[in-house]
Amino acid sequence: MMLRAENLGWTVRSTAIVRDISLSVREGEMLGILGPNGSGKSTLMKMLAGILAPSSGTVTLKGQPMAALPRRSIAQILAFVEQHAGTAERITVQDAVELGRTPWLSAIEPWSPRDDAIVGRALADVDMAAMTKRLWHTLSGGEQQRVHLARALAQQPTILLLDEPTNHLDIEHQLAILGLVRALPITTVVALHDLNQAMNCDRVAVLDGGRLVQIGPPSEVLTAQLMREVFNVRASFLVDPEDNSRVIRFQPLGTPAVNPTLIKEDHS
Amino acid sequence: MSFFVSDRAPANRVSGYKRRIVLYCLGALLLLLVAVAMGAAIGETAIPLDVIGKTVANRIFGAGYTLDPIEEGIVWSYRISRAIVAASCGAALAVSGAVLQSLLRNPLADPYLLGLSAGASTGAVLVTVIGIGGGMVSLSVGAFWGAALAFGLVALLAKAAGGGVSAQGTGQIILAGIAGSQLFNALTSFIITRSANAEQARGIMFWLLGNLSGVRWDDVWLAVPVAVGGVAVCIWHMRALDAFAFGADSAASLGIPVRRVQVVLIAITALMTAVMVSLVGSIGFVGLVIPHAARFLVGVRHGRLLPVTALTGAVFLVIADIVSRTAIPGQVVPIGVITALVGAPGFALILIRGRRMR
Repeated sequence: MMLRAENLGWTVRSTAIVRDISLSVREGEMLGILGPNGSGKSTLMKMLAGILAPSSGTVTLKGQPMAALPRRSIAQILAFVEQHAGTAERITVQDAVELGRTPWLSAIEPWSPRDDAIVGRALADVDMAAMTKRLWHTLSGGEQQRVHLARALAQQPTILLLDEPTNHLDIEHQLAILGLVRALPITTVVALHDLNQAMNCDRVAVLDGGRLVQIGPPSEVLTAQLMREVFNVRASFLVDPEDNSRVIRFQPLGTPAVNPTLIKEDHS
Repeated sequence: MSFFVSDRAPANRVSGYKRRIVLYCLGALLLLLVAVAMGAAIGETAIPLDVIGKTVANRIFGAGYTLDPIEEGIVWSYRISRAIVAASCGAALAVSGAVLQSLLRNPLADPYLLGLSAGASTGAVLVTVIGIGGGMVSLSVGAFWGAALAFGLVALLAKAAGGGVSAQGTGQIILAGIAGSQLFNALTSFIITRSANAEQARGIMFWLLGNLSGVRWDDVWLAVPVAVGGVAVCIWHMRALDAFAFGADSAASLGIPVRRVQVVLIAITALMTAVMVSLVGSIGFVGLVIPHAARFLVGVRHGRLLPVTALTGAVFLVIADIVSRTAIPGQVVPIGVITALVGAPGFALILIRGRRMR
């Protein structure tokens, strides 16, 4: 088991944000973390990344309790891209991605051409290789997000944790980033808002009010009943004739049901 | 997507890198020597450089050159020691400023942010005006303990306000520092207005603005090890400081033991600042402006930034001291006045140029 949470809880001022969550992340899988705003996704991600110490319960990384591992050892295994991490420093794209090598460098192992190559590779993977000299504050939100991802890739993790990596991205880059993450030969845990994007995960975990409601393959977990109970929307499932994949359509609760078969495909 | 990257590093590139570092270090040392030599040569009585060289040779190697004993005395006992302390102080204050700015992610952070200079002045006033210690305690010692006490209070307050120096606590420590500074400044003013005579008040005022006049070799043996050791500890943490660019959480996810690094670096900057303030008073602007100037020169990566900041701070303060001694004949202008007079317009220029660079 790569990463395992046991009875995780996090409480601030006697308000429980995360309650009693237990889950295991399997080697090589892409696990989606879903849930409405305020359901505890980001808090759970931070505890899984070892940045936030849980109020109760434990996180184990490759069988060892995370609290007992040095930060450097954790960072050599696990990379985390948080939401909204910005800076006022006049830092270039190259500098920002080079930070990803931090857990591998020391006085005895200084920067080497191998690190240059890893950073170059990471920049190319997120399609930012042409912008290495650009300053951080001149980048668009989407470009900044891609730089963060490149930094995490430069860390060469075996587990990658991403908190809403497609926020701020246009649709092309949303698909590109998720495709890239999915193709990585490593274990990934991704907090997502877009439930259709979650359909591409191997498994999804759904949170509501800080609790784990369900975990399993998306086609089994993401049912119309769960959408109604957790997300307060009415969902209908359509089939894309191009590849027979399921697409979820959302409507507010209380609107009359539409028979999906009546929806005409417009191929003009 | 492939994670495979060749392991073989071209050896010549790495050794070239090492050679460059050695060259830079030698260059920096040379620049420091030139600055100290200038500090020794320039003054009310100009002393030729060969006399300075011979004085150093006499004192260190026992060379036995025949020199005017008065000139030799001025160079050795006053000017060289003074220039070395100025250089140490400039390096320590500038690096402290750079480290605090990065660590607290606040461009306005400076070494006095944590209440140190305010505490030092209260300590100095307690010794000189109230007479605590009964003449056994020097102004420097009083200032040092005042600074240490103020820092302790600020750290406690920041911790009580939640977070201490933790990931979320950087705002708290800045606010606690402001509160602490206000308190100790008020205490100092209170003591001066209540108890000091006009002459004492003027003396304190002069000391507060920075004063290298009383510096002797004893002070060198304190200032140099503290500055060199402190700057070395900060440079040792260069990668950790880089990792704070996107905040403490991001640094933690890059493998930095955030709390330990924050405690070590804040403690070391507080120690450096307290020692320097106790030796020469609170010289403003160096810790705020020099790091920003250095960022414009070499960028934000601390591997380059900290050495350049240290060198620039050292040379700047030696020159500021020369100006403070020579600007008005027969009178010493407080060095803090010089650093602010030069620093403020210099900083304005940097800001304007920086805006154009964007």
